[in-house]
Amino acid sequence: MSSASSGAREQGRSELGVALFLGGLGVLVIVQALLLEESLIARGPVGPRTVPLVVGGLLVVVAAFLAVDVLRGGRGEPEGGEDVDLTGRSDWRTIAMLVAAFVANALLIEPLGWPVSGAILFWGSAFALGSRHPVRDLVIAVVLSVGTWYLFVLVLGIALPVGVLEGIL
Amino acid sequence: MGAFSELANGFATALTPENLMFALLGVLLGTAIGVLPGIGPAMTVALLLPLTRSLDATTALIMFAGIYYGGMYGGSTTSILLNTPGESASVVTALEGNKMARAGRAAQALATAAIGSFVAGSIATLLLALVAPTVANLAVEVGQPDYFAVMVLAFIAVTSVLGSSRVRGLASLALGLTIGLVGIDATSGQQRLTFGIPELADGIDVVVVAVGLFAVGEALWTAAHLRRRPVDVIPVGNPRMNRSDWRRSWKPWLRGTAIGFPFGAVPAGGAEIPTFLSYVTEKRLSKHPEEFGHGAIEGVAGPEATNNASAAGGMVPLLTLGIPTTATAAVLLAAITSFGIEPGPQLFDNEPELVWGLIASLFIGNAALLLLNLPLAPVWAKLLRIPRSYLYAGILFFASLGAYAANASPFDLLLLLVIGALGFLMRRYGLPVLPAIIGVILGPFAEERLRTALQISNGELSGLITPFSTMVYAIVVLVLLWPLVRRLLPRKATVPVLADAVHEIEEAHSHSGTTDAVSVEARARKGAEKPNGSDGS
Repeated sequence: MSSASSGAREQGRSELGVALFLGGLGVLVIVQALLLEESLIARGPVGPRTVPLVVGGLLVVVAAFLAVDVLRGGRGEPEGGEDVDLTGRSDWRTIAMLVAAFVANALLIEPLGWPVSGAILFWGSAFALGSRHPVRDLVIAVVLSVGTWYLFVLVLGIALPVGVLEGIL
Repeated sequence: MGAFSELANGFATALTPENLMFALLGVLLGTAIGVLPGIGPAMTVALLLPLTRSLDATTALIMFAGIYYGGMYGGSTTSILLNTPGESASVVTALEGNKMARAGRAAQALATAAIGSFVAGSIATLLLALVAPTVANLAVEVGQPDYFAVMVLAFIAVTSVLGSSRVRGLASLALGLTIGLVGIDATSGQQRLTFGIPELADGIDVVVVAVGLFAVGEALWTAAHLRRRPVDVIPVGNPRMNRSDWRRSWKPWLRGTAIGFPFGAVPAGGAEIPTFLSYVTEKRLSKHPEEFGHGAIEGVAGPEATNNASAAGGMVPLLTLGIPTTATAAVLLAAITSFGIEPGPQLFDNEPELVWGLIASLFIGNAALLLLNLPLAPVWAKLLRIPRSYLYAGILFFASLGAYAANASPFDLLLLLVIGALGFLMRRYGLPVLPAIIGVILGPFAEERLRTALQISNGELSGLITPFSTMVYAIVVLVLLWPLVRRLLPRKATVPVLADAVHEIEEAHSHSGTTDAVSVEARARKGAEKPNGSDGS
């Protein structure tokens, strides 16, 4: 009981962070807009700056309203779903492993090629999400990445990097 | 007369063996992806967008018509068998559909959903073919200032969806508009919000934004809260209906079509309100009101028909004005523009083959849906058992593949992760995703209209005021101030069915947790209504 209410209070404080993020982004958009040179071809009050200024202003105003709403007890409701269990805390370890697999793919896709980096991405993500069948996962990952490579390159005519497997595939 | 001969030409386009094959492939892929839990129709279309890059525009859009309907039907299957609405429009289907499935009537629920979708989709597509050319003709007369006004209305309408928090809707819209600003300004050639990064000069690809917000955001969010227990899927045989099911279904199908199409066609609609209206209507008209809440077939037949009819209705503003009303339509609009086609009223004149081919393939996709999905239902049900580790790993895998294939740039993959993190935050704090996606896609168009309008008027702000735009701005103000306006209206002025629908929406949301947020405003409103309610009784 008490842990639930302290959880709600914790969300209240962190939700103020969302307002802060929106406000900060708004200020950034406004400053960037003011740094633009006024265009010579624009007529009247609307140039390249105007819309960014309005959007930045909207962000700042919304941030203020959101902060007021949170302070008055309004709460954003976390999104539910069939696979989502909202009773526990966020599982940051899983997230960190997923992000690592994702970034590995982004960094390796050009040097090693999609058939290798895509397999790393799938295998790493499945491992992060709790699959403990390393060999089966590896087979699925390789079949998926090589299969999609052939699908894109041969059937769809979209180039994907082949990397170290050049000449083999 | 004109519409029918054009439609016949459209069928001639759509029925070439190649296009027909892509339409069927679209339905199959759309259903297969859409049925996977956690993947709604919008995410389905976004994930499959890269597959069509190498096709020509007409064939690609024909395939999308199949994906669109397939994805929606797949979503209903998930709702019925797993009680997991993939998007707000199928929340209602889950209400009665899942109860039916638990009572051993999954086959009947799937059948009435499939046949109802077919009936409603066919009638509504016919209405689309009849109405759209007329609307397009009228829309050609509409000037730049009017356009801008309608886009403002679309922005405000998506942020004010019933039952969710307006502040959070606006926050999401503003985030989307900000992402849409990134890149070189088309009029002046200046770089905005690019921070000197050359990859940002062309703006952020809409595929990256859509896949990031929907697919990566969803996968990360679910991964952080993964329910680690076996999934409980209700087994299903071949969908079939007996005589009494038919008798109880056909009227809700037709009524659902009548409710869904106009709501979808208004550029401020969406599918959530009409499906709830249909549910409430069926509950009132049913001879078996006691079955509602325990699996009444009318409660599946009506809303499912409404959902499909409003999807077809949503093609009216999409094709005639270039204004999407749902997340799925927004992604379709992105697909259209990615082929270098300018959406808007000229579309019917400039690209008749494309538009009518698309409309014809909506018919074909609809029919294919019925033919494929009734026999394949048990197969789709098996897909629901896919281990969650593979499902979400697969989503990340295909999201990365799609985002990379769009521009062959590893930078886009990092961008995808950043936008995915934004999607995660939005889910964590109850910011709805739809306004953001509409903001990203429609924002640049709206700015262009605004600036063209002002160049025509030589910079005079009065150039934005026309009789039509004044009317639209009045509606915008009304929508924005609705909570205040409602308090001033006499109690009797609110339509009882509508009030019921609002109540149902709030109830359903608090149960399923699909939405978005509870704000102070909504709470205050509930509190204010209570005394009124007791006065009435």
